[in-house]
Amino acid sequence: MFDSFRALVKRDLLLAMRRRSDVFTVLLFFIIVVSIFPLGISFEKAILQKIAPGVVWVAALLASTLALERIFANDYADGTLEQILLTAQPLSILVFAKIFAHWLLTGLPLVLIAPLAGLQYHLSATTIGTMMVMLLIGTPILSMIGAIGAALTLGLRGGGILISLLVLPLYIPVLVYGSGAIEASMQGDVSLQPYYLLLLAFLLLALVFAPWATAASLRISVE
Amino acid sequence: MAINWFKYSSPSSFYPLAGKIIPVFMTLAILLIMGGLYWGFFETPDVLSDQKQYYKIIYVHVASAWMAMWLYVVMVAWAVLGLIFNTRMSYMMASATAVTGAIMTALSLWTGAFWGQTSWGTWWDWDPRMTTQLILLFLYIGYIALQSAIEETRRSDRASAVLALVGLAIVPVIYYSINCPDPNECASLHQESSLKRVEPNILIAMLVVTAGFWMYCFAVILMRVRNIILQRESHTNWVERLEAFR
Repeated sequence: MFDSFRALVKRDLLLAMRRRSDVFTVLLFFIIVVSIFPLGISFEKAILQKIAPGVVWVAALLASTLALERIFANDYADGTLEQILLTAQPLSILVFAKIFAHWLLTGLPLVLIAPLAGLQYHLSATTIGTMMVMLLIGTPILSMIGAIGAALTLGLRGGGILISLLVLPLYIPVLVYGSGAIEASMQGDVSLQPYYLLLLAFLLLALVFAPWATAASLRISVE
Repeated sequence: MAINWFKYSSPSSFYPLAGKIIPVFMTLAILLIMGGLYWGFFETPDVLSDQKQYYKIIYVHVASAWMAMWLYVVMVAWAVLGLIFNTRMSYMMASATAVTGAIMTALSLWTGAFWGQTSWGTWWDWDPRMTTQLILLFLYIGYIALQSAIEETRRSDRASAVLALVGLAIVPVIYYSINCPDPNECASLHQESSLKRVEPNILIAMLVVTAGFWMYCFAVILMRVRNIILQRESHTNWVERLEAFR
């Protein structure tokens, strides 16, 4: 079971490394969205600091939904997905492997590039630290909830927009607490522990249910 | 004698049954809504604390807001029944319920905006309850969008059922995240349902209108489900033999 998990992760990473531009488009999208907000709103330091948490999280949400379609689309097109569905291994584990690989390729780069956005918005070092930890806990949740949407809309016309429509409302808790924590860390004297605990609770909840729901959705879509 | 419920899980036997009970629900709906609104508009005080007559939109507003939430649960219940028993009728009921639920949600937002404009001086405020209702509308729209995007009936039914179920699981989390955005203050945050403090006169009118809304929703959902049945079963013999198509 664990071998198949590892093999699938390795395979997805290898495929992505052969087509590196896919990884960078998500990253560049995130950077561009974060960079154009000040142009539209204001260059004032106080305003930028105020909107930074929300802007960074919304950009992360949008970047993650844009990348979602790719989790299963290629495997569906070339028939690999059917082979995965037919294997004797538990499907939710294999699905989890695919989600994990997807997060390594789309979520983790966002976490690593986030300090750049923090500098653009004049955030302090501690706030940037909080932001990175929050993104580190939050982006896997986005990938996992999003995978359900990707599985449900597999192979549909205009699937990309449809995924955003289905998935963005479900992202709200992560957005609220993720940006709430960054805001709280700017005030300094507020305890951040509840934010960490809540987001970690969401992560555990998603870990338990999302792979299973995604597997069920895949079976429905590839019947 | 036990009723064989599965008999009515077949579209061909449910279609005539629905046709028979729609008028009953519709009559009840008209009577209850007219009665409740009459009582509410003319027999309750014109001024409620500092609000003048405009507060009387409450009878439509609260009833539609309640229906919006309950219909989501009803919709998920039908979807789950469909996933468990694999009955086509359940999925048709779920998709018929979704549209009415979305309309009720939109109605509650709309009436709420009017009420807000008169009493708070603003059309919209990011108040927890309003935001929750808005997200409920998004969930309904997502369900309807997914269902209409998939052409194959069986897949569209089951995929949207899963989506509805996921939505139901996440709704409480969304609700608390909006209600209590700052977890450091959650302990002191206590939102009390104000139903008990409402004057009995107003409460009765409100409950009667709500009962009327239930009846209306039943009637409209059954009408819609009859259309869905005809659409999906148009190739079958029993539809061809119906009086209306002779």
